[in-house]
Amino acid sequence: MSAHTSPAIELRGASKVFRTPSGVPHTAVRELDLTVGPGEFVAVVGPTGCGKSTTLTLVSGLEEPTQGEVLVAGQPVRGVGDKVGFVFQQDATFPWRTVLSNVMAGPRFRGVPKAEAKSRAREWLGRVGLAAFEDRYPHQLSGGQRKRVALAATFVNDPEILLMDEPFSALDVQTRALMSDELLELWEGTGASVVFVTHDLEESIALADKVVVMTAGPATVKQVFDIDLPRPRKVESVRLEPRFIEIYREIWESLGEEVRITRERGAADVA
Amino acid sequence: MSPDLLSAPVTDAVPAPDRAHYRARAARRRKIVVTVSRVLLLVAVLALWEGLSRAKVIDPFNFSMPSKIWDQISTWITHGTALGSLGEQIWYTLYEALLGWIIGVVAGVVCGIALGRITFLADILGPYIKVLNSIPRIVLAPIFVIWFGLGPASKVASAVVLVFFPVFFNAFQGAREVDRNLVANARILGASDRRVTLQVVIPSATSWIFTSLHVSFGFALIGAIVGEYIGATKGIGLLVAQSQGTFNAAGVYAAMVILAVVALVAEGLLTFAESRIFRWKPSGSD
Repeated sequence: MSAHTSPAIELRGASKVFRTPSGVPHTAVRELDLTVGPGEFVAVVGPTGCGKSTTLTLVSGLEEPTQGEVLVAGQPVRGVGDKVGFVFQQDATFPWRTVLSNVMAGPRFRGVPKAEAKSRAREWLGRVGLAAFEDRYPHQLSGGQRKRVALAATFVNDPEILLMDEPFSALDVQTRALMSDELLELWEGTGASVVFVTHDLEESIALADKVVVMTAGPATVKQVFDIDLPRPRKVESVRLEPRFIEIYREIWESLGEEVRITRERGAADVA
Repeated sequence: MSPDLLSAPVTDAVPAPDRAHYRARAARRRKIVVTVSRVLLLVAVLALWEGLSRAKVIDPFNFSMPSKIWDQISTWITHGTALGSLGEQIWYTLYEALLGWIIGVVAGVVCGIALGRITFLADILGPYIKVLNSIPRIVLAPIFVIWFGLGPASKVASAVVLVFFPVFFNAFQGAREVDRNLVANARILGASDRRVTLQVVIPSATSWIFTSLHVSFGFALIGAIVGEYIGATKGIGLLVAQSQGTFNAAGVYAAMVILAVVALVAEGLLTFAESRIFRWKPSGSD
C-alpha cells in the first residue's frame, strides 16, 4: 500500500518528445501536471491523436519523459514497475497460449509457483465469466471475451495502478456498456487507482470520479472536472440522469473547442 | 410411375435430400474425380514416355524409359547397388541431410532471433551477412570436400550453409515483426528481457521459421547430394555420379525417384509436426 501522504500517481511538468523517422521532433505531451489519488478513477478525454496514450506509457514506465517527473506512490518511475497493470487498446492476448495460460502469464512472469498462479488465474476467470473457456485459444473467442481475458490477466497481478488505453473502443456498443459495468464491479473490490484514456466523453463520465480534459496536441491538461454521481453506477442508466446530462454539457463546452481545433488542423493538413 | 405413388404423401416417409447433404455428396464426388484425374495424368505421361522411347522417337539410351527405371530400382532393392545395399545409400544421404539440416536450423534460428532482438549486433553484422548470402553457396561444396574429406562431414557442411541462410532470414524477420503490443504487454505483466525473448518473440516467430523449414529441408538434401556427387564413398549422390559415369540413364532417373520419395516423406512429417505445434492458430482460410 502506498503512503497516505503521497498520491498514487503524480506527473510534474512531464513532456515527451518523439523523434519521427524523418528526424523532425514531435511533441506528444507537454508540461503535463496530473495527480491521481489512491483508489481514484480518473478518465482522460481529449481529441483523437492528441497524446493521451503517451500519458499512460509514461506512467507505466514503458517510456521515459523527455522532461519533468513521473512519480508512482511517491517514487520516481524507473522502468516497468510491478504495481502497474495496463489494458491495451488492441488485442494483446498471447495467441499461442490458452485462456488459462494467458491469465497465468503475469503471476508466472513474476515468479509465482505454477499451482498458485493457476488457482489465482481460475479465480479471476470465474469473476469475468470465462471459467468454462479456460482451454480455448484466443482466436476461438469473441472480441468481448478476449477483452475479458485481458482484464483477468491484468487484475490477477493485483495492480495498485490500472492504466487503460481506450480498452473498449474496438467493441460494439452493447458489449461496450456491458464491459464498462463489469470493469466497475471488478475495480470496486480492488482499491486500485485507475487512469482510463478514452475519446468517448459519455464513457468517461459514467466511469470516473474525475474527468481530465486534454488540449489538442501537443497535449496538456486543460481542465479537470469532478464527477459527483453516486456509486455504484450502472452505465446504461446513469447516463439518463439529469445530473449526468448537466455534467456532459459542461465538459463538452471545454472539450468541444479542442476537438474543433484538431479538426481544423486536420483540414489544413489535407489542404 | 404408378398413380398411387404420386398421390401418396411420400415426402414424409422419405425426406428429400437437403442441401447440406447434397453439397457433401458433390464435394466427395469432386474429390474422387480429382484423384482419378491425377492418376490418369501420371499414367498418361509415363505411357507416352514409354511409348515414344520404345518407338525410338526419343533416344532410349539417353532418355531411358519408365520400365527400365523400374527395373533398375527393383534390381537395386533386391540385389543391392554397386556400392552396397540401397537402404545403406539412402540412410547415408538422409543422415547427412538431416544432420546438416538440424545444425543449420538451430544455428539459423539462434542467430536470427539474437540479431532480431539485439539491434546493435544486427547493425554490425548486417552487411556481412548480406555479402555471405549473395555468394552462390553451392560452389562451396568442392571446398568442403577438400577441407573435410570424402566422409559425411563435407556433405553435412554443404547442407548447413544451404540451410542456414533461409532459416536465419526468416527467424530474423519473425523476431523483428513481433507485435509491439504483445511485447509491451509481457513487460507490463512482469516479464524480464529473457522471458520476452523465450515466451513472446520465439513463439511469434515460429510461423515464420516453419515456413523456412519446408524449403530448407529440400536445400539440405541438395547440399548432401551435391557433396556426394563431387566426392564420396557412399550415398545416393554417388549413385547418380556412378550411373552417369557408366552412361546408365535409368540409374540417374531411378536415384531421382528415390530422392523424391525421401523428400516427400520428410515433407509429410514436417507438416504433421506443424499441425501439432500450431493448434493455437485459426485454421484454414482465416
